[in-house]
Amino acid sequence: MAEVEDTLKRIQAQHGVIGTIVVNGEGIPIRTTLDNSTSVQYAGLLHQLTMKARSAVRDIDPQNELTFLRIRSKKHEIMVAPDKEYLLIAIQNPSE
Amino acid sequence: MSVSYKVGTVKSKQSPNVNTQPKAPVVKGVKTTGKKKDEEEGIDTADGEEWMQGKTLVKPPDQLDLTEEELKEEITRVLTANNPNAPQNVVRYSFKEGCYKTIVFVDQMAIHFELEGNLVHKESDEGRRLMAKHTEREDCGGDERLENVPIKPGKREQKVTNQFNFIDRASQTLNNLPREISCQTEPPPRANFSATANQWEIYDFYVEELQRREKSKEKQESQFPNKEEDRSKKKMIQAEAQSDDISQLAKPAEIIERMVNQNIFDEVAQDFMYFEDAADEFRGEKGTLLPLWKFQYDKAKGLSVTALCWNHIYSDLFAVGLGSYEFTQQERGMLLFYTLKNPSFPEFIFNTDSGVMCVDIHEQLSYLVAVGLYDGCVSVYDLRKKSDQPMYNSIASSGKHTGAVWQVKWQKDDLDSNHNFFSVSTDGRVVSWTLVKHEIVFTDIIKLPPVDKVPDDLKNVVATAGTSLDFHKQKDHHFLVGTEAGKIHKGSKYYSSKFLEMYDAHFMTVSCVRWNPFHPNVFISCGWDWMVKIWDHTINSPVFTFELKSSVTDVAWSPHSSTVFAAVTADGKVHVFDLSINKYEALCQQKVVSKKTRLLHIEFNPVHPIIIVGDDRGRVISLKLSPNLRKKPKEKKGQELPKGPEVEIAKMEQLLSSLR
Repeated sequence: MAEVEDTLKRIQAQHGVIGTIVVNGEGIPIRTTLDNSTSVQYAGLLHQLTMKARSAVRDIDPQNELTFLRIRSKKHEIMVAPDKEYLLIAIQNPSE
Repeated sequence: MSVSYKVGTVKSKQSPNVNTQPKAPVVKGVKTTGKKKDEEEGIDTADGEEWMQGKTLVKPPDQLDLTEEELKEEITRVLTANNPNAPQNVVRYSFKEGCYKTIVFVDQMAIHFELEGNLVHKESDEGRRLMAKHTEREDCGGDERLENVPIKPGKREQKVTNQFNFIDRASQTLNNLPREISCQTEPPPRANFSATANQWEIYDFYVEELQRREKSKEKQESQFPNKEEDRSKKKMIQAEAQSDDISQLAKPAEIIERMVNQNIFDEVAQDFMYFEDAADEFRGEKGTLLPLWKFQYDKAKGLSVTALCWNHIYSDLFAVGLGSYEFTQQERGMLLFYTLKNPSFPEFIFNTDSGVMCVDIHEQLSYLVAVGLYDGCVSVYDLRKKSDQPMYNSIASSGKHTGAVWQVKWQKDDLDSNHNFFSVSTDGRVVSWTLVKHEIVFTDIIKLPPVDKVPDDLKNVVATAGTSLDFHKQKDHHFLVGTEAGKIHKGSKYYSSKFLEMYDAHFMTVSCVRWNPFHPNVFISCGWDWMVKIWDHTINSPVFTFELKSSVTDVAWSPHSSTVFAAVTADGKVHVFDLSINKYEALCQQKVVSKKTRLLHIEFNPVHPIIIVGDDRGRVISLKLSPNLRKKPKEKKGQELPKGPEVEIAKMEQLLSSLR
């Protein structure tokens, strides 16, 4: 438990990381370093996208599983690591 | 009573043969025009004559004035039976002639009066019916009622109403006002349900079902012992549910951390995988080392890297032992595990009470890590367990070393398939440790022979410190021990009393000895006397000698080529040699750390062309070998290049033979 906290703190402290969000199974952010409205927006949208991605991966091969999802945009990179119930989102500004 | 009147008003002048006088229609009465004057003339004239004789002739104002001739004119009147109302010009279309033709005979009958009678012929149907009814009514009160009952419904006819006397009487009942009564219940609670049925959901369900069935089978088989287990399980489950949610996120958090790191060190990762220094072609033989990641842990800042070891199964994982070489500054130690995928934070951290001096990871079971400490303890850590404590620890009673342990090496499992490893320390003993169940058992293998310089009476007391230990790759009963005195002893596990050979290697401490991974006869040694020497174990003197400008702290063979090795010196330089290319000089001598930092250890990665070097600030730097440093012998066109250890051995052999 404490390890997870430590890891999250480390991630947040890494160079270029804008924010981290922990989202529960319903798409509600339970822990975030960003402001509320942004978190809710990210959580909702990425939750759906992750469900879709996971569905796609598993449809192709049910024994397979989605490990992580990376969306790189012009401004930053959004990284999503899904769990059975939770979702961990990190937004980073890659190399400047 | 229908009476048809002749409409036409034919006024006719009467003939003078009858003594009629033009009448005054006013005298006659009202219906002048409708009457046939012929019929009623006689009667009227009779009356009129008598009345009129006494008066003068009165002429109606609109009477025709006719002349005498006209008055005498005879007009015939015909009485016909024609119906004046019947049409006279009925025309029918004749298909035969294709035109309209008048019909000659037109029905002339005029009906004046019509009366429908109510007499019915006796023999007709209706007559019979009425007769039957009549008789029925008469017999109504008689005994024939029983007979009539079945007949009645058959003979029920519509009541014939009297046309003259019938009165239809209707009455309206009081209709109750319609009332609406409705009842509203609370609607059942509704919930929206939506689900998808994908292939993977079906698969998941089946997997769960399978597990459930298996569990139920197990339960059936053993019911009693399960009761207690269930109770404890229940407690466990409750505890888990209560604890905070995000402890499940360990794995995703780790993944995200690595991804974030990959982004930060993106260029480094790309270099690691793909960069090949093109400038090497122009450098002739020389090569370079490209710095990649730096591994640093802030809690390890005050410590020096005392050991490095790559994991053979997971080629991106390596162990770093941290401690201190200073005799006076002995504090704690650390054992860290880093992976190339996450350079910013170690994967595993173990704290030890005293400085770690050496680390070895078991080749097959890469979760077993043997550690030798400054206080003479040896410990074995199990990486699968989350605890900070070692799995096994040697304590004073179990024969631990009395001096710092300088090298530990895992061996193959012994005959009882117990894991075991060797260690050498300052107390001069080479000890084998066996892991038996929960204990660690030591076996003294051999004791290093005392140094010549020590006076005879102290020989038993003053031990010869062993500083390095290495086992032969193929014949693993052979091993080499380097000592503080600068000697290298070759020993065998089977001979516990004496060493097989002794080599006068260096003037100062031998910091490292290693067997060549390919050639069975060759080993390398380095010492603080600035020398690196390559030996053939059959020969007492070194085959190659290299002098580097500073005390050499570590040397390592490359796992890819039998003629490549690298050494690190205390002045912060890394020297890479390839004997097949250049027998006298290093191909690369590169300073990788800033001033005043000593490099202490070096290791080649078994898979990737990188090396890691540890310095005395607790940092580990990874470097990539440029292509010149990893050269394979040139292929001749058309010839297939043979690969494998034999080639390497042959290479070395060629080299050695050239020197003899």
